[in-house]
Amino acid sequence: MTENPPALETALTVPLGTLSPGAKGIVAAVVSTLDSTAEAEDLERQLLEIGFVEGVRVELLQQGPFGDPLAVRIDERLTIALRRREANALLIVPIT
Amino acid sequence: MTTEALVERPLRIALVGNPNSGKTALFNALTGSRQKVANYPGVTVERKTGFLKTPGGLTVEVIDLPGSYSLRARSPDEAVTRDVVLGRSGYEKPPDAILCVLDTTNLGQHLRLVLELKQIGRPLILALNMMDIAQRRGLQIDLETLSREIGLPVIPTVAVRKSGMQDLLAQLDTVLRQPGPTEAAAETWREPDAAEIRGQHQDVARILRAAVERPGKPDRLTEALDRVVLNSVLGLPILLLILFLVFQAVFSWATPFMDAIDAAFSGLQAGIYRYVPAGALQSLLADGIVAGVGSVLVFIPQILILFGFILVLEDVGYMARGAFLMDRLMGSVGLHGRAFIPLLSCFACAVPGIMATRTIVSPRDRLTTILIAPLMTCSARLPVYTLLIAAFIPAHTVWGFNLQGLVMFGLYAAGIVTSLLIAWLLRLTVTRGPRQPLLMELPTYKMPDPKNFLMGLSIRANMFLRRAGTVILGLMVLLWFLASFPAPPVNAAQPAIYYSFAGRLGHLLEPLLAPVGFNWEIAIALIPGMAAREVAVAALGTVYALSGSEDALNTSLTAVLAQSWTLPTALALLAWYVFAPQCIATLAVTRRETNTWRWPVLMFVYLISLAYLAAWATYQTARWLGG
Repeated sequence: MTENPPALETALTVPLGTLSPGAKGIVAAVVSTLDSTAEAEDLERQLLEIGFVEGVRVELLQQGPFGDPLAVRIDERLTIALRRREANALLIVPIT
Repeated sequence: MTTEALVERPLRIALVGNPNSGKTALFNALTGSRQKVANYPGVTVERKTGFLKTPGGLTVEVIDLPGSYSLRARSPDEAVTRDVVLGRSGYEKPPDAILCVLDTTNLGQHLRLVLELKQIGRPLILALNMMDIAQRRGLQIDLETLSREIGLPVIPTVAVRKSGMQDLLAQLDTVLRQPGPTEAAAETWREPDAAEIRGQHQDVARILRAAVERPGKPDRLTEALDRVVLNSVLGLPILLLILFLVFQAVFSWATPFMDAIDAAFSGLQAGIYRYVPAGALQSLLADGIVAGVGSVLVFIPQILILFGFILVLEDVGYMARGAFLMDRLMGSVGLHGRAFIPLLSCFACAVPGIMATRTIVSPRDRLTTILIAPLMTCSARLPVYTLLIAAFIPAHTVWGFNLQGLVMFGLYAAGIVTSLLIAWLLRLTVTRGPRQPLLMELPTYKMPDPKNFLMGLSIRANMFLRRAGTVILGLMVLLWFLASFPAPPVNAAQPAIYYSFAGRLGHLLEPLLAPVGFNWEIAIALIPGMAAREVAVAALGTVYALSGSEDALNTSLTAVLAQSWTLPTALALLAWYVFAPQCIATLAVTRRETNTWRWPVLMFVYLISLAYLAAWATYQTARWLGG
């Protein structure tokens, strides 16, 4: 299920929205950096509610035509569609 | 609490759960056909209720609430759902128990909602649904441990096979006989903040570590199919191909049924002409009521077939992929990918399509979708298109394509392209605001269940009949009256309709419509045509004083129009029809879904302006090109 997330200081995190299909990783942080704080908080909570929480493994399965949106699988169980803009709130520690 | 006291009080439970948990199937399994759909006052959240009977003899009302990942309210509609569950809606008393449906193969995600629900303090039962799929994937859960860890009764179910229902009902019996909780818990409920949600995930992880003996294998089939279907190059063409095939099927399969219905109603009319003495009554029955009912029922085959396909694609899980593929394109005009599904339904009939926008969370996104819905070419436009194309477009082949087919396609395309433009304009002005996040689950592919499919289909057919059908029938009778009275003078030179109220209205409009090339016959026919689009065909028949069966009418009308009208006029009328808001039912349902007159009025104004502009431009251009 969930694994202990690696320490943020020593790991290199990338926003999920910058990755390509085939990328795998573990969610290190869910931090929204959208413009308005209300929107950012809302997005953070929505991401948490749907299952993107620190420690889960994610895999970027597909991207839509023109590169957006992304199909991301959580923990080998659940596949969620989200846009790159939203995915950038998920900081990932890539694993090969 | 004594059994007698319980039986007297109407008992009620709320059915909640994540989307894609099989909640609807469970609702159907529990309540059978004893379902009713209504609305909470002031909002468009559906109040779907049904009744069940427990083994202990209790009659319980089940309220099915929309699936969601959280009780948090992101829109007024979601607030109603939350309030119903909390029991502070004011419309009705709190539910006596809550039944939460979970997808057993996704407990990691679904159990979090359960923890949120636990905080309410009402009796809560968990139905672990899709147990068959879980077992097939090798998932092994110790249900007792799970129940103990989470502190709630847990019942395994397979809703589509109705298995587990007896246990569920028995559990309900037990739970409902216990004394209820104090009201205090619900009053103090707060939305969990981010930290609490993280805490809930940790709790869920702990519970699953204890209860799951063997995690199941993921679904390889879904993954494999998605590699093709969601492929960034192939995905969109595959979607368009599927849509094209669906539309082809709709038209070719529906035609024999539509012909049969037409024949039946023509037969009915013929019978009335024979057996009812000539006069107002005969006219009312034959030309008002029978014609009115017939004009609604004739669309049922197309509507059923298109909705049937949409429902199957939804149940299989493909619609979510469609929304995924369309999200970027729709996003360029500010629409949400999910808007794709209601807009698709509008190709059958905008009335159920607009009602289907309830699945769109953001009020602004939803409004934009509703406002552009009438631009999707609905079935009712086709009789007019077919008539005019048959009369004026030669059946030549151009570059390997049938010219008539090309023109038809062009009309569809015009509606779609305009809708994107209008959506973009709306997002810049009226419905400005940030886009709602996509965050949509792509469920595993599943075989649709025939019974649930039929139930879903009959609900939509009902929706069309009740909402659109009743409005159209009522208006047809009204218009029959306007078109029949006052009766023409004895030595009438013109057809009877010329002298009626409708005729006078047509005369008034004639100078307004002259610049777009419409003659007074068209002006008159458009008046009943305002009620429902397809009525214009019958109205034209009346204006040209043609009578007879529907088929005879069409062939003779085609010939008459080809002779009496010019090509620019016909083309202008086609252009008009792409846009004109000639459907009171659509305006009525818009009023209902948006709770104000502002938006239906805006819809009417912008559509009729577009119609006039398009007709004028077409007419003038066609004339200038030498029509």
